[in-house]
Amino acid sequence: MKKEMTITEKILARKLGREVEPGEFLLLEVDVGLGNDITAPLAIKEFQKYGGRKVFNPDKIVLVLDHFTPNKDIKSAQQSKLVRCFAQEQGIKKFFDEGRGGIEHVLLPEEGLIKPGDLVVGADSHTCTYGALGALAVGVGSTDLAGVFLCGQVWLRVPETIKIELVGNLREYVSGKDIVLKILSIIGVDGANYKVLEFGGDGVKKISMDSRFTISNMAVEAGAKTGVFPVDDKTVEYCQERGIRPVEIIADPAPNYAKEIKLNLDDLDLQVAYPYLPSKGKDIQEAAKEKIEIDQVVIGSCTNGRMEDLRMAASILKGGRVYRKTRCIIIPGSQQVYYQALKEGLIEIFVKSDCVIAPPTCGPCLGGHMGVVAEGEKVVATTNRNFVGRMGHPRSEIYLASPAVAAASALKGYICGPQSI
Amino acid sequence: MRLTGKVFIFGNNIDTDVIIPGRYLVTSEAEELARYCFEDIRPGFGRRAGVKGSIILAGENFGSGSSREHAPLAIKGAGIKCVLAKSFSRIFLRNAINIGLPIAEVSQIDGFSEGDEITVDFTKGAVRNNRTKEIFKITSLPEFIQKIMKSGGWLNYINNFILRGAR
Ligand code: SF4
Repeated sequence: MKKEMTITEKILARKLGREVEPGEFLLLEVDVGLGNDITAPLAIKEFQKYGGRKVFNPDKIVLVLDHFTPNKDIKSAQQSKLVRCFAQEQGIKKFFDEGRGGIEHVLLPEEGLIKPGDLVVGADSHTCTYGALGALAVGVGSTDLAGVFLCGQVWLRVPETIKIELVGNLREYVSGKDIVLKILSIIGVDGANYKVLEFGGDGVKKISMDSRFTISNMAVEAGAKTGVFPVDDKTVEYCQERGIRPVEIIADPAPNYAKEIKLNLDDLDLQVAYPYLPSKGKDIQEAAKEKIEIDQVVIGSCTNGRMEDLRMAASILKGGRVYRKTRCIIIPGSQQVYYQALKEGLIEIFVKSDCVIAPPTCGPCLGGHMGVVAEGEKVVATTNRNFVGRMGHPRSEIYLASPAVAAASALKGYICGPQSI
Repeated sequence: MRLTGKVFIFGNNIDTDVIIPGRYLVTSEAEELARYCFEDIRPGFGRRAGVKGSIILAGENFGSGSSREHAPLAIKGAGIKCVLAKSFSRIFLRNAINIGLPIAEVSQIDGFSEGDEITVDFTKGAVRNNRTKEIFKITSLPEFIQKIMKSGGWLNYINNFILRGAR
């Protein structure tokens, strides 16, 4: 009898032309190798140290300057310059400088650089975002990227899979961010360590592509190797818009899952994850009771910097003003998102409601620049991590939430949902 | 392989932002990163005498969070000989293997106090607390991983086994 396979096993089997078993170590050719202005410099250095002269396949390499860009200081400018020169001398065409790109995980899918069934390794933990497209997308380190430069290959251990069965319909304002924060509060920050989260069930059909990116993006927050969605009509449409003819990869009916978890979307409320772990989610009803005053709101990042996110934020902010003691920073995830938001009049809404519009950058998400916070300050952010010191001072606090909650909190000055507006 | 050193003890979920905060990621020089290792939870740790030659002992999920290889690099750059933890986060484990920072999962960390001298024996799969003379188990790494470690990291492995003759 033929083995029933998970999505991950199917992708790997397709690549190797044979079945794979969890726990097996594989050497694999990658389809896309990604680096950014933090991780690529180290990879370049290692590549050169180990005798590399020409990269194995320049067309499979993508380099994006997004973390400290526009550069915040001399050191970060040097890092960017190093990557820029490397891209030029190696003939890497998929190089995205500021003004031509944006945050890598918003950018790559949008540019049509990821296809279902691809093996993507990125020297950035949120590479798992592309699982939304039915790719096997895994975050790795700089040495792995240097390895891809050298020989186009990577080593991987075939992971076990945890199935997340989504059923029912999302309520008004509830989005992908709430789904993933809820899952994190159920399984914890190491609940999927070394494993893959695979999403399935009837509920998936109703989840937009942008929300799927958000969900896959935070799979790593449960320690997962990646978070993968089946390829369905929505994926096919998304791909076709970008000139890709996708292979349809779905899981077999009954593969061997390490665990199965069911989440009923009908019951799901907006979520807020308290400091200092993304798994410390609470329902908004409960969180709002505490009237936690907020100094800064950040709407953006590779988690929630796409059109669906900005549209949601704008629909709530429209006609209002950010509370006088609160600051609100909006960061379109890419140049394309920025332009679309501009055309739709969203930027005007943001400016009129007293928000700061930052260029497409990681910026405050990792405490880099453009919104670093002071001691004791509290932040509601649509980003993915609320660790100690993540956005600045070690004694600041980050509450993670969706753009709907972030925008509502910006208007009120304390953590609340859009129902309070 | 055997390593001896004094231990520094850390808790659960020590994430890579804590190991090396994002604001210091403007360089990839191990020595410079090492100066700010664990800065937000133990200010000055990376600049302290006595860190060089020591061993880190931690709880569950060590190295969670970002893929920054700067985290194991900062640890290695600080002269820390190896990291033992009850469990490691996936990417950290991978990065440590790839750059040749010895790591192992240890069955428990309760039998140790900060400053104890310990000896890690990777061949025997054991760690000994030289103060209490107690011995605990460490898990051995899969064969494939050992081969990478023995090569001195992933890029050496590539040069030795994948590219041999190709260049
Ligand atoms: S937006 Fe934040 S999480 Fe995403 S790539 Fe940038 S720093 Fe990382």
